[in-house]
Amino acid sequence: MGKKVAFLQGNEAAAHGALYAGCNFFAGYPITPSTEVAEVLSAELPKIGGKFIQMEDEIGAMAALLGGALAGSKALTSTSGPGLSLKQELIGYGCIAEIPCVIYNVMRGGPSTGMPTGPSQSDVMCAKWGTHGDHPAICLVPASVQETYEEVIRAFNLSEKYRTPVMVMPDEIVAHMRERIVFPEKGEIEIIDRKSPTVPPEQYKPYDTSFGDVPPLASFGSEYRFHVTGLNKMQDGFPTTKASVVQEEEERQVRKVEGNADDIVKFEEYLLDDAEIVVVAFGSTSRSARYAVNEARKEGIKAGMFRLITYWPFPEKQLLALAKRGVKAFITPEMNLGMTHGLVKGCTEGNAPVLGIFRVDGEPINPGQILDKMKEVK
Amino acid sequence: MENKLPTIEITERYCKGCHICVEFCPKQVLEMKGFVVSVKNLEACIKCMQCELRCPDFAIKVIP
Amino acid sequence: MAFDYEKYIRPGKLPHIWCPGCGHGIVMKGMIRAMDTLGLEKNNTAIVSGIGCASRLPGYIDCCTLHTAHGRAAAFATGVKMAKPEMTVILVGGDGDGTAIGGNHFIHACRRNIDMTYIIMNNYIYGMTGGQFSPTTPHMHKASTTPYGNPDPSFDIAKLAIGAGATFVARGTAFHANQIDKLIVEAIQHKGFSVVEILDDCPTTYGRRNKFKSVIEMMNRLKEVAVPVKAAEKMSPEQLQGKVLTGVLYKEDKPEYCSEYQKVIERAGGGAR
Repeated sequence: MGKKVAFLQGNEAAAHGALYAGCNFFAGYPITPSTEVAEVLSAELPKIGGKFIQMEDEIGAMAALLGGALAGSKALTSTSGPGLSLKQELIGYGCIAEIPCVIYNVMRGGPSTGMPTGPSQSDVMCAKWGTHGDHPAICLVPASVQETYEEVIRAFNLSEKYRTPVMVMPDEIVAHMRERIVFPEKGEIEIIDRKSPTVPPEQYKPYDTSFGDVPPLASFGSEYRFHVTGLNKMQDGFPTTKASVVQEEEERQVRKVEGNADDIVKFEEYLLDDAEIVVVAFGSTSRSARYAVNEARKEGIKAGMFRLITYWPFPEKQLLALAKRGVKAFITPEMNLGMTHGLVKGCTEGNAPVLGIFRVDGEPINPGQILDKMKEVK
Repeated sequence: MENKLPTIEITERYCKGCHICVEFCPKQVLEMKGFVVSVKNLEACIKCMQCELRCPDFAIKVIP
Repeated sequence: MAFDYEKYIRPGKLPHIWCPGCGHGIVMKGMIRAMDTLGLEKNNTAIVSGIGCASRLPGYIDCCTLHTAHGRAAAFATGVKMAKPEMTVILVGGDGDGTAIGGNHFIHACRRNIDMTYIIMNNYIYGMTGGQFSPTTPHMHKASTTPYGNPDPSFDIAKLAIGAGATFVARGTAFHANQIDKLIVEAIQHKGFSVVEILDDCPTTYGRRNKFKSVIEMMNRLKEVAVPVKAAEKMSPEQLQGKVLTGVLYKEDKPEYCSEYQKVIERAGGGAR
């Protein structure tokens, strides 16, 4: 018997990926261009006894998400730019209280209401720096419908494994285009669930680092009871202002993600072996970039693509190695005014020039633009 | 047995000296000593439990 | 017999952070007595709060406790309750947290009629930030940000809750300590969203700016303004001028949210959770 296939939209694939990952709780608020995720899950979740709730606003959705996750659910919300801005305070709460959950954000034009139906890639910095204070950030940027499905599953796995909110951020083109998707069989993709405590209830501490940088998390309503706060906390979960504890805990929270970058960072190397010009691209832009690379090769230009699948943590190490290997130039096409450009410049430490192609007019970057830029490289 | 005196336990560490128990005791059993409540006249206590009920700080227990 | 409050208090957490004479401790005691009356199981009870003085309450209680962000208690709690409808969920917080920054979550929790109990300690002020006016600060009263008197009209929390669809609404005061646990017991027993407003005092940031000479004066004011609903029925509008009704103000049986969602699950053909 062959595998099940379907013709799906990116957002629909995201919803089905979540279900494959074991998602049993969704809280959201309607927003273009991500609403299809909510629509699919409002129909699918009750079929498996899962919970779907449309909250009164984006903040409420993020709050309900965290509440559901603390009560043991695998929880998803979907949103887009303005919603991501509104959710930021509680994304920070999720980071400091270390609550696993997945935020699916479709990138549309911004700032503010911007261009609700236009594609964009300008939320990538918001994914990292949107909430105040130091915190870990994991952000995945799929480029196809199939990859959206798979990256949503990976997002759940990473959030459960590292006990932190994880974002999946397709641009509007990926979210709304329709492609053939092949569903994995049950058990084909590993599903990770959060580490549960093994100690007796009276010994349980929700941030017990004797179990490593990612302490086990119990659920509300289980045999364990504990305190959760958004204040800086001690290992037992209660607030503290003790300098050494706060410093240590803040560093651990960031370290648990940054220190495991090799496990989290995912990328595709396309024709990079002999590449002199490296296009660093992600999302729908990478589809134009691939086409441009193929065209360039036909013309004898040694071009290749480094495609980001994980945006945060940013693959600094890998890009620096490429730069040091001797690359003539990096090109960063993106639907924003240079967010990735700055990062690539920073991590390649001046070893090669970085040329940007920036577009924020609601139109995708086309292969011709990228090819033209390649030809500028001397 | 009816006339057995109650025990009024005061946890001084919890008392913040708000005066609520002193003022709302109908029999003037309690008084402030510095910033902390103390028992002045246990004999007058009618075990109405008002002080225990009203103390915001969990500082008073009346054991009848 | 002296009441054993420590049964529900986490060891070593007292004394609490509240100022001398603050009524929040009186409300917490009432809540504990109510929990004891109902025999609430600690592991199956979630206490959820936002930010502010009153929102520090959950840290003292030996249950599943969640101290969330400013105004968000009702929304976090909705997530907990949806995920685990078998849990008893109690929300606590102040007037600013619940009716200003958290106003939207508050009215929608009322509208859904989700089975939770919300204890609002209304002390008419933002205490933790030093006494700024809140949506319940009376007109022309003084706060740190209304040095010439408060130009804002104020919310009537109970009316707001009733208007938004809460199906159990009660009001008590920190002076009427004996009544607090009884109102909370009834609120928790009620299936639906229950609101218990407790008029409270903040001697530190509200009292001293509004000519209250002492905690006792503030407590006595609560005593004077409160009129039980039954007694109010026999009073004229003139007599009720400046008074506040206390007791169970509203009660109605309406479909509860989690039960309604269970029907959605059944219609979709889904099994139990």
